[in-house]
Amino acid sequence: MTTTTTAVAASDAAELPQVRRRRRLSPGRRLPAARLAGPLVLLVLWAAASAAGTLDTGAIPAPWTVLRTAGHLWTDGTLPTDVLTSLERAAYGFAIGLTAGVLLALASGLSRTGEALIDGTVQLNRAIPTLGLIPLFILWLGIGETFKIAIIAIVVYIPIYLNTHAALSGIDSRFVELAEVQGLSRFTFVRQVVIPGALPGFFVGLRLGVTGSWLGLVVLEQINATSGLGYLMFQAQNYGQSDVILVGLLIYGVFGLVSDSVVRLIERRVLSWRRTLSN
Amino acid sequence: MAPHTEQLTRPAVRLRGLTRSFEGRTVLDGIDLDLPAGQFTALLGHSGSGKSTLLRAIAGLDHGVAGGGRLTAPERVSMVFQDSRLLPWRRVLANVLLGLEGKDAEERGRAALTEVGLGGRERAWPGELSGGEAQRAALARSLVREPELLLADEPFGALDALTRIKMHGLLRELWKRHRPSVLLVTHDVDEAIVLADRVLVLDRGRIGLDLIIDRPHPRSYREPVLGEYRERLLAALGVTEDHA
Repeated sequence: MTTTTTAVAASDAAELPQVRRRRRLSPGRRLPAARLAGPLVLLVLWAAASAAGTLDTGAIPAPWTVLRTAGHLWTDGTLPTDVLTSLERAAYGFAIGLTAGVLLALASGLSRTGEALIDGTVQLNRAIPTLGLIPLFILWLGIGETFKIAIIAIVVYIPIYLNTHAALSGIDSRFVELAEVQGLSRFTFVRQVVIPGALPGFFVGLRLGVTGSWLGLVVLEQINATSGLGYLMFQAQNYGQSDVILVGLLIYGVFGLVSDSVVRLIERRVLSWRRTLSN
Repeated sequence: MAPHTEQLTRPAVRLRGLTRSFEGRTVLDGIDLDLPAGQFTALLGHSGSGKSTLLRAIAGLDHGVAGGGRLTAPERVSMVFQDSRLLPWRRVLANVLLGLEGKDAEERGRAALTEVGLGGRERAWPGELSGGEAQRAALARSLVREPELLLADEPFGALDALTRIKMHGLLRELWKRHRPSVLLVTHDVDEAIVLADRVLVLDRGRIGLDLIIDRPHPRSYREPVLGEYRERLLAALGVTEDHA
C-alpha cells in the first residue's frame, strides 16, 4: 500500500514543476526598537550639523547647549518652579475634566432623562471651540489660576464625555437580553455589563483628554500667564533665547510621552481580556 | 401516541390563545400549547415562522410586542442562544456565575463547568475558547441556575458538524440528569428527531404538527424508524423529498 503511493508520487513529481515560495508582499518582520530609530537618526544629524558648524546657533542651538541651559535653569530654581506650576494646572484641570466627563456620561448614558438634559447641551458645548471661550472666562473668573484650570477641564471633559457616552449607549443589545434572562438587577446590570463594556470607549476618550490637557496648557501659558513653562518660553522668545525655548519643548514632549504611556499601561491592565481577541 | 410517564402530567408551560404581531403582521396566531414538566420538546419551522417569537414570549423577553393570550411559565427559566453570549470581559467562571448569588455560588459554578467538560478552564477568557467550548460554557451558565424550563434558540446552529454531534450527546445527558423541561428551537429536522421526545412544527403562526417520538435514546440518524418521522415532519414543513 505504502510503496504504491510513493511510486505514484515519485512519477508525478517528475512531471509537475517544483513549488517555489511566492514573493512576499507584506513588509515582513518589524525592526527592533523601530519607533526609536527615526528620532535617533534626527538627533545624530542635529548633533553632527551643530558640530560641523552648518547650523545657525541663534536659531537652532546644539543639543549640548540645550542640555547645559536645562541644567542651569534647573539649578537656579526657575525651571523646577515653572514645571511644578504647569503640572499643577494640568493636573487640576485634568482631574476636574475627567470627573465631570465620566459623571455626565454616566448620567446621560444610563437614563433617558439624563440624556435629554445633558447630551444636547454637551454637543452644543462641543461645537464652540473651547479656546474661543478664553476672553469670556477671563471676564468671569479673572486672569488667575481658576480660569486656566476651567479651560483645561473643558478641553478634557468633552472627548471623555463623548466617547464614554457613545460606548455606554452603544451597549450590545444581545447582552441586554442576556442580562434580562439571567434576572440581573438594574444595578448589577450596569456594574457588570454596561460599565465594563463601555471601558474601551472610555479609554479612547481618556487618551484624547490627556493630549487635550497639554494642548490647552500650552496655549493658556503662552498668552495669559506670569508663571509656568509656557511663560518661560514666551519670555525666551522676547530675549531671543532659542535654547530655552527648546528646553521648554523638550519638557512638554516628555510630559506628553510619559502621560500617554501611563494611560496605555493602565489600559493594557484593565482591558487585558482584549488581547485574546486580537489574536 | 404512546402515553408518557406520570411526572409529565403537570404542565410546566401553558399557552392559551397566544398571539403576537409585528407592525400589523400576525406572527403567532392563537397558539394553544402545554409543555409537561420535564419533557424534551423541539420546535421546528421555517425561518420567519415565529419560532423565535414564541420562545421570546415564553422567556418574557418580548418587550413592546403587540399581542394577547394567556401564558404561564415556571419561575426559573434559563436560555441558551445561538451565540454563546459570553461577556468577553469576564472570565469563564465569572460568566457562568452572572446573576447568581449565595455563598455556594462559586462552588456550583465550578461543578457546572466540570459537568460540561470545561473543568480547569475557569480562568480562561471567552476569547480563548473555541466555538464548541463557548457553547458548553453557555450551557453551564444556564444549568447552574437549576432551571425548571430551559429554552434554547438554535443553540448548535453556528457549530461545525462534528462539534454539533458531541453537543447533542451532552445536552441530552444534562437533560437526563437535571430533568428541566426543554424547548429547543431548531430548523434542523434531524437534530429535532435525534434529541427530542416531542416535535412541534410551527406553520404560519400555528402549531401545524405535534408529534411524539417514542423511541429509546441514544438515537442514531440512521435508524430506519426515524425516517418515517422525518418524512412526516418534512411534509408538515412543506418539503418533499425526491427518492428517485
